[in-house]
Amino acid sequence: MGKIIIDPVSRIEGHLKVEAVVEDGKVKEAKSSGTLFRGLELILRGRDPRDAQRITQRICGVCPTSHSIAAALNLDSAFGIADKIPDNGRIIRNLILGAAHIADHILHFYHLVALDYVDVARLAKYEGNNPALNSIKNFIARGELGPFVPRYEGDYRLSDEANEQAVAHYVSAFDMRRKSQEMLALFGGKMPHNVGIMPGGVASVPTVDNITSFLWKLKELQEFIDNVYLPDVLVIAQVYSDYFEIGRGCGNLLAYGSYEMDGKEADLTKRNRFFKPGTTATNLKYSELDPTKITEEVKHSWYADSISGRHPSRGDVVPDEEKKGAYSWLKSPRYDKAVFEVGPLARIMVNYVGDNPEVKSLVDSALSQANLRPDKMFSVMGRNLARALETKIIADAMAGWVLELKPGESAYINYKLPEETTGMGLVGAARGALGHWMEIQEGKIANYQVVTPSTWNISPRDDNDQPGPLEQAITGTNIRDEANPFEIVRIVRSFDPCLACSVHLLSPKGHDLGEFRVC
Amino acid sequence: MDTKEYPAIWLQAAGCTGCSVSLLNVINPSIKNLLVDEVLPGCHINLRFHPTVMAGAGAPAIEVMVDTSKKKKGGYILIVEGAIPTAKDGIYGVVGEQDGRPVTMKAWIETLAKDALAVIALGSCAAFGGIPAAYPNPTQCRSVGEVLQAKGISTPLVNVPGCPPHPDWFVGTVATILLSGLPEPDDLDEHSRPKAFYGQTIHENCPRRAYYDENKFAKKFGDPGCNYELGCRGPITHADCPLRLWNNKVNWCVGCGATCIGCTEPEFFDISPLYEKVSEVALPEGEVN
Repeated sequence: MGKIIIDPVSRIEGHLKVEAVVEDGKVKEAKSSGTLFRGLELILRGRDPRDAQRITQRICGVCPTSHSIAAALNLDSAFGIADKIPDNGRIIRNLILGAAHIADHILHFYHLVALDYVDVARLAKYEGNNPALNSIKNFIARGELGPFVPRYEGDYRLSDEANEQAVAHYVSAFDMRRKSQEMLALFGGKMPHNVGIMPGGVASVPTVDNITSFLWKLKELQEFIDNVYLPDVLVIAQVYSDYFEIGRGCGNLLAYGSYEMDGKEADLTKRNRFFKPGTTATNLKYSELDPTKITEEVKHSWYADSISGRHPSRGDVVPDEEKKGAYSWLKSPRYDKAVFEVGPLARIMVNYVGDNPEVKSLVDSALSQANLRPDKMFSVMGRNLARALETKIIADAMAGWVLELKPGESAYINYKLPEETTGMGLVGAARGALGHWMEIQEGKIANYQVVTPSTWNISPRDDNDQPGPLEQAITGTNIRDEANPFEIVRIVRSFDPCLACSVHLLSPKGHDLGEFRVC
Repeated sequence: MDTKEYPAIWLQAAGCTGCSVSLLNVINPSIKNLLVDEVLPGCHINLRFHPTVMAGAGAPAIEVMVDTSKKKKGGYILIVEGAIPTAKDGIYGVVGEQDGRPVTMKAWIETLAKDALAVIALGSCAAFGGIPAAYPNPTQCRSVGEVLQAKGISTPLVNVPGCPPHPDWFVGTVATILLSGLPEPDDLDEHSRPKAFYGQTIHENCPRRAYYDENKFAKKFGDPGCNYELGCRGPITHADCPLRLWNNKVNWCVGCGATCIGCTEPEFFDISPLYEKVSEVALPEGEVN
């Protein structure tokens, strides 16, 4: 019996360690730990509630936009203005979130995931005349190969031609994700960490010229998504089709919904959203979402058992480093006591079974091209495919939304700061369901709790000893070569973990290094 | 001409990866130029360790980092993104393992900074502590400068703050080191920031300055006028954003109607609340009317 330890897991956001116990070539048990704690929820206490929106987006520099929106929704609801945001503000928030999703998903596929499937080193023998590929060839010839080696060796299966094309797209995708952030900055001021979104709406007043500029940047991105990104995902999905059988996970999916289609409904759970909220499972039945069923459990986390099972609105942080049976500083969010995965796969499948016509037709067409049944989406490749399909759906919808803006009209309303109240902000972040909850007392933040997508996905075992979604996805996987555990890193990266978002603290205690290590 | 390789190690500590993402937005050179081409004629930055970009993971990646520090002693650039947790000897942040024990970010920085050619503290967390060091600083986060000083490490240090820093500020700092060597004391301000980028306040170059001079203040976001009364930190914040602009020059913070939130200053995030007018007494003499 061997133990594979991967620390750090690279090409993800943040600090993650994964341990897998392997027996007869199969993962028997898996554990994931985050390795950084910043305590932002503690920093928020006692501050002016409005500052939460600026501080929480700095939870993560890859997905700050989602936090800026979740926090703005949270504050809007606390300030009693959730149904009063001007349409321009609602639409610009949608456009900013959409631009962030496009940038994130392109970055994730090409720059975080692709190097697990595409062989950059093979460009040493490139003989064509693509300038980008020749500059990579020259780079390889100079012999200093960082940051592309060291890497896991072996399972690179693309043909020379497909491989060269994928590397060329790796390079052009850098420009595309950058352009998506530029599109975002037209209304958000700058990226990362936009300043445009705030409680009350958005600072920017749209003008004809930035609407036009936005539209044409979006058009270039749509062309890339349709002609490069989606086809590349389908090529990799075909060549590595066994990854539709690997990394199935817990089989339950949850989505909060995102993109406000109606600004007049104060209750987020009743509001008309472009991606609707809900849950589904491998039975492909749709259920409505009830956010009161969310709890955070801590039996296997280094927190006092007294805070276990609470709803996030009453959440707390009471560390207990000596607790027996604990092995992580992540809490375990659960829905109705069950394990749920969140992310683009969840959003796409919830809307697939929830009768969203655009989602249904696009997913059906992709599945028929790959000759797959819908339940195969519960897999490594299904997650990558869902992310690409979602990118297309969002980009196409944005082209309509941007034309709904009214040039010269305000996107913001003033408000009064309350003394005592509570708030909730739920949004579909790039990586999945993101929730912010707060309590205000004497005009200051008394409690602020954030439950991020990666806390759901990377969570440890819960009060009923059920492993988290990533742990379940790794467990049972056959590892072909323990020295090059491609299967594990491909599973991990299919979840697009964002550890700055989710991780609390790691103690040197609890590091059981096992008999030997292969990493 | 032979290409000279400048090895670089990019360590992420208590941060959010936003500085790395900001660097991906660089225009000239492009990020692809930075990674694989000569960034200046005859000079290639050999980025050997970068957690978000590198292909490798786990122990082999850690080995490259250690190997660089030993074999390229005095010849590599250490770039630190994020503040350094120091409470309980740094256990709030660990990266990788050595000899079967987790290694703290604090220990990595102490080891790697000692033998570096120069250290660049990138972003406000690395330069000044930033967000994780905001009150009550639960993990006792410190800036790179403070950690080096506590250990008596005298490797040249340049602070390139910002939340995130503009990619030009980083690339410009690196290019200056490659072209003209380490910065002279006169090139840096009292907070070790390159004067070339941080020499003036936002307020001095703000396109809304004329409103301020005429006492026309916006009462609500989106209104014309100076945003000073809405909490703008422009008068006390040093950076060239109004001239340089962001994201391929499409916009910047005040340009989109919001306020400057003071992200390049040592006091960033504790001059709060951010939406309240910055106290007149906080304004440096002679810099505003």
